[in-house]
Amino acid sequence: MGRFEPEKMVGRVLMLFSITAVVVLLLIMLFIFNAGLPLFTKVGVLDFLFGTRWVPSKDVYGAFQFIVAAFMVTFGALLIAVPLGLSCAIFLSEIAPRWAKNIVRPAIELLAGIPSIIYGVFALVIIVNAAHITFNLATGETILAASIILSIMVLPIIISISQDAIEAVPRLYREGSYAMGATDWQTIHRVLLPAASQGIVAGVILGMGRAIGETMAVVLVIGNVEKFPTGFLVPGETLTSAILLEMGEAVVNSLHYRALFCLGIVPFVFVLVLSVLSSRLISRNHERFE
Amino acid sequence: MTLLWLSAGSILLILCSIVLYVVYRGSHDLGVEFVLGQPENIWLAGGMLPALIGTLYTVLIALLFATPLGIGAAVHLTQYTKEGRTTKLMRIGSDALNAIPSIVFGLFGLTLFLYYLRMKPSVFAAGLTLGFMILPTIIRTAEVAIKAVPWSEIEGSYALGATKLQTITGVILPTALPGIITGVILGLGRAAGETAPIIWLASFWPPITPLSPADPFNSLTTTLYFLTSEAQNEQYITRAFAVASLLLFMVLVLNYVARALNNRLSANIRR
Repeated sequence: MGRFEPEKMVGRVLMLFSITAVVVLLLIMLFIFNAGLPLFTKVGVLDFLFGTRWVPSKDVYGAFQFIVAAFMVTFGALLIAVPLGLSCAIFLSEIAPRWAKNIVRPAIELLAGIPSIIYGVFALVIIVNAAHITFNLATGETILAASIILSIMVLPIIISISQDAIEAVPRLYREGSYAMGATDWQTIHRVLLPAASQGIVAGVILGMGRAIGETMAVVLVIGNVEKFPTGFLVPGETLTSAILLEMGEAVVNSLHYRALFCLGIVPFVFVLVLSVLSSRLISRNHERFE
Repeated sequence: MTLLWLSAGSILLILCSIVLYVVYRGSHDLGVEFVLGQPENIWLAGGMLPALIGTLYTVLIALLFATPLGIGAAVHLTQYTKEGRTTKLMRIGSDALNAIPSIVFGLFGLTLFLYYLRMKPSVFAAGLTLGFMILPTIIRTAEVAIKAVPWSEIEGSYALGATKLQTITGVILPTALPGIITGVILGLGRAAGETAPIIWLASFWPPITPLSPADPFNSLTTTLYFLTSEAQNEQYITRAFAVASLLLFMVLVLNYVARALNNRLSANIRR
């Protein structure tokens, strides 16, 4: 019978809806690989990954300095954000009175909602000048300045995910610890943090993914000099900022265009792996306490 | 312990200093004329109206695309499938999409719309690119809101003889609505503040008031980026801070509305 059966139709249509996210993900992968990978018929993979000269006019594409700069800003950001974020998460889940929670939580949500370009403009004026004066540099536009602003941007992710992980630790653990005469600090340090470690690591991993993919805040403060970064107090250029700055002048399907897509593949793959890893850690953390 | 208090205090300090500084530097230019006037001299004088319209227009298209899709996906994931391999895969896919760097979305939009579909840079292309980007946010929050609908209400609906579709449209979606709207507002805020995904799709100058979705457009964020990166004197920076304050104000308001709704939702469920 050719009767119209909305009940069954709806199920099928919604099925299509729910695979959209996966389809878009696959399309993104397909498009950027398709645009980028032909580069390697002309340029060796190792020359691309470990070469340190990037001269589009001579078709020389070595991205090592961009990769190193991206990892430096990311680790610099985590170095600041992890201790600060973790102690804030402990504060919120263990010792904060209700009124303090009611102030700090919305503040963190707001921090997560501020557009990255605003962080960039703020950092360009405040952090860059502070670095310039404090370290007596020729320019304050440095890897350090990028690390500092990124650390603020990844704080909300690290705090909210590690707070969830710490709060998921059953009360029994806490009471057992206190019953044995442990102090607050010993309970946090010896019982809660180890028990929540997987969730905390997941938060750090997600923060790392956010930091390595961030573009707007970094491009404004890092100076964008295509030199190998020799420390935190020199300018540099990251993968994402190179794409942003050069894509406008690259001719479609030229080697330069393809090389820029390959610069995009690096953080894409990296973030994909980190994201899957952190999903698994988070679900394992929850399963453990069920 | 003092250290823990200090860490929380420092978060507040960071937030306040950013917000206050941006507003302080921007306040010089802010006013009705700034929001509703036409720009002059590469945005350095006059108002920001075309960029404001461009931003709102792209965000509207992003929401029109992502909201039904996201809610539909959430209904499917919670009502039509059992927890298992498929839902797990979809959740991993959606989380991964959420984590993809925004500049990669920019590359995606560039290739999809300008290269494969041979479109001109337009409100439509930028809106869809942003729509793809906020889809995971909407799916995830709608899923949480739907899961929070009490079992008793769903079973009550089935017990009265309602079909699955009637239960979804008559009971589940209305109950979950505040939570769903919260997610949509969060997505709205994110879409309005993004720069990298639309950087190659928005135009800087001259000012354009887009009418049809196929028109080119200006946006607040890309204008802010150009003003800052091309800054030749203090005037550019002052101007940039005024645009930043306008954006910040929009984000603050959206955030407040989202939280107010969320609080009402949790109050409803406790009842």
